[in-house]
Amino acid sequence: MNTIAQSSRRDFIKTAAVVSGGLLVGFSVPSARQAQAAGTLYTPNAWVHIADDNTITLISARSEMGQGVYTSMPMLIAEELNVDIRKIKVAIAPPDQKAYGNALLGGPQLTGGSTSVRDGWDKLRIGGAQVREMLLSAAASKWNVERGELLAENGMVSGPNGLRATYGELAEAASKLPVPEKVTLKDPSQFRIIGKRTPRLDTPAKTNGTAEFGIDVKLPGMVYAALEQCPVIGGTVKSFDATKAKSMPGVITVVQIPDGVAVVADSWWRANQARKQLAIVWDEGAGAKLNNKAMLETIRAASKTGTPMPIKKTGDAEAVIAASSRVVRREYVSQLLSHSPLEPMNFTASYANGKMLLIGPTQWQDGAQGAVAKAVEMKPEDVAVQTTFLGGGFGRRIDLDFIVQAAQISKAVGKPVKLVWSREDDMTHDFYRPQSVHQMAAALGADGKPTAMTFRMTSQSVTGRVFGLPAAVQDPLMTEAALAPYAIPAMTHDVIKHDAGLRVGYWRSVSHLLNAFANESFVDELAKEAGQDPYAYRMAMLGSQPRFAHVLKLAADKAGWGTPLPAGRARGIALMEGYDTYMAQVAEISMVDGAVKVHRVTVAADLGRMVNPDTVEAQIQSSIVFGMGAALMQQITLENGRVQQTNFHQFPLVRMNESPTIDILLVESTEKPGGIGEPATAVIVPAIANAVATLTGKRVRQLPMTAEAIRAA
Amino acid sequence: MSVNFNLNGKGVTAQAEPDTPLLWVIRDELGLTGTKFGCGMALCGACTVHVNGAPVRSCQTALSSVQGQQVSTIESLPRDNSHPLQVAWIKHDVPQCGYCQSGQLMSATALLAKNKNPTDADIDAAMSGNICRCGTYPRIRAAIKDAAAAMRA
Repeated sequence: MNTIAQSSRRDFIKTAAVVSGGLLVGFSVPSARQAQAAGTLYTPNAWVHIADDNTITLISARSEMGQGVYTSMPMLIAEELNVDIRKIKVAIAPPDQKAYGNALLGGPQLTGGSTSVRDGWDKLRIGGAQVREMLLSAAASKWNVERGELLAENGMVSGPNGLRATYGELAEAASKLPVPEKVTLKDPSQFRIIGKRTPRLDTPAKTNGTAEFGIDVKLPGMVYAALEQCPVIGGTVKSFDATKAKSMPGVITVVQIPDGVAVVADSWWRANQARKQLAIVWDEGAGAKLNNKAMLETIRAASKTGTPMPIKKTGDAEAVIAASSRVVRREYVSQLLSHSPLEPMNFTASYANGKMLLIGPTQWQDGAQGAVAKAVEMKPEDVAVQTTFLGGGFGRRIDLDFIVQAAQISKAVGKPVKLVWSREDDMTHDFYRPQSVHQMAAALGADGKPTAMTFRMTSQSVTGRVFGLPAAVQDPLMTEAALAPYAIPAMTHDVIKHDAGLRVGYWRSVSHLLNAFANESFVDELAKEAGQDPYAYRMAMLGSQPRFAHVLKLAADKAGWGTPLPAGRARGIALMEGYDTYMAQVAEISMVDGAVKVHRVTVAADLGRMVNPDTVEAQIQSSIVFGMGAALMQQITLENGRVQQTNFHQFPLVRMNESPTIDILLVESTEKPGGIGEPATAVIVPAIANAVATLTGKRVRQLPMTAEAIRAA
Repeated sequence: MSVNFNLNGKGVTAQAEPDTPLLWVIRDELGLTGTKFGCGMALCGACTVHVNGAPVRSCQTALSSVQGQQVSTIESLPRDNSHPLQVAWIKHDVPQCGYCQSGQLMSATALLAKNKNPTDADIDAAMSGNICRCGTYPRIRAAIKDAAAAMRA
């Protein structure tokens, strides 16, 4: 058994045992969730664990869900620790908000909001530098030499007269030293890891099937659960008859939990087959009347009758518009969406002797710990969380429902239980990206440029549900990218919160997509109204916005904006700032059988300093494909409170044959790092909408832009 | 009743009900978890394995249908990632979340086994049954072309 060296800690970094819960199981598969050192393990601080065999484990406080933190977080630590990124191991941190909380999100240990690099940029480099200094101090004491004579490089401290010791040999002594309050960080010109294209550390395990996802977890004596939930979200069990289900092969037991009825069996397939034999009478609850079209009408009505919360007001836009003879008014609508990560929701829970061990894919470790502790009436310290690789997150794994369910089932049966949802469960019991309605108006001056603009966004607050934000308080995650960068003399931006009745969740790019779709469609419509080129029109209003103007020009030039295209093709352009990243995109499309075919997307992005440029490109590629689904093909609908889409035949995801060529230009920059996991998701949507308008003459103002919607526009 | 088949070169016996999808037999009974569950309706390709060399969706393949057949999973590829496709996947850093990649690689190996010089249209035809929610398609396409070139050399 590994031991964790104890030492006193004074600053914000606290010792954290990565082998949370003390349970080490003999896994041979590469795992993100435990240190793999063979020797005795020392923890100079929360970010670096060094074993006396010189195995160095760097801690990622964020979950790896494809975005590359399993590599980028260690890169930041390794830069200052001076270790070879290829020779370290990585473990995902256990719940410890004090050590691993996300300051950019207000404290929770949560992976989301494209915050990982931005939150970690200073913190992780300081963490690496602290341990480097502690190792140097330990060596200076050991050898009785001046610290200034020592170098810490490549996992080795060296000094005069051939003195050499590995970090591992110094780890025990170093871990007993106080963590230095102040450390000197490298000047960026000295970076050897940060900013270099670095192969991802998780790729080898993901090309031979050995990477461990939640669905792959195995524990001794583990049984499998399938859960029948009410077809109407929020409904509860009135009564049920499990007689037939219990007679099915392999079934161990049937248990009721607050969210439904679980069948526990010796294999998941058997549990899921038996589940179909449950006879359940539901109390469908208030959600049984929900219908997405009626919900949209309530949002539209609220946009006129609700309480506007101001975002920003410059001048008197309403008065200018009222007095103008050249006014453009438009409404834009975004649809309900499911997250649909490819790994369906699942978690493994093991309750024994008053302790709960939770293993699986989550974006919110301390949230999982707290929610489970509350649900099963345990102390948080008795609930351990180990994080596997996530088979996609996109915001869905911020929610904790499936983790609580697994814990409740395990506690009821007293065995380790792996709960796995079917795809149908996943799609019909999501926390959906909310619908939104944007009411926009602008007055155009003699030069065709807007003299005034009003922007009103009406949608549902996710933060209200997840974090209990009061209804009267503005939700900053509804107003992202609401303020376009264009110089317009008078502007009024406000937002109205309206609960349309369905539970909603954070979905990749959150409100950026909603607001960018409205803003960047609208400015394109204004350009058309003014009879001006949409690129030049935008550029003329970006005089005081050099980072915007730069990416817009880069993307337009690279895409050949203004040069002839083959017959049947058109381009659309859009820009946005989100997560401190400035981005412009040009989409080149054609129509095939009435549907949009995206051929090429050109992206220019200025996200300040980059940690791993290859991952930056990967995230842009990823986001474009993700956003295309929302732009063109996906929509969740409800009838009688039931989600109508159950699988990928009804909620299609973009496929290889639909995937465009993507050209990416990254701006070299010394600005502070921006986030890149999400923004391109938003920008592609108006870029496509604007191309569709140019090509077909039809402006689609309601997503998704299916063939049917374009025909009807 | 038991079903005997060859899994990655070794004879195995499975005890599950004969209509059990091969996917769950491989994962839960035989313990090879590289093959993934994504949709259960042959819509996403995460569960792709080879039966007698041809790519099939194991979530829609009954155990009884593989009696006496040769089944290969991602675990049949070299553990050291030395297959040209694995080499190319690593070179291009294809995976993001990685969940679909076993299925992608099994579809790609079946493609290159038949066609050492696939066009973009060939790649579309062979790979469009495999969904990647992370959108790694540009890199999958590039990696397949690289691997094909390496296999022709």
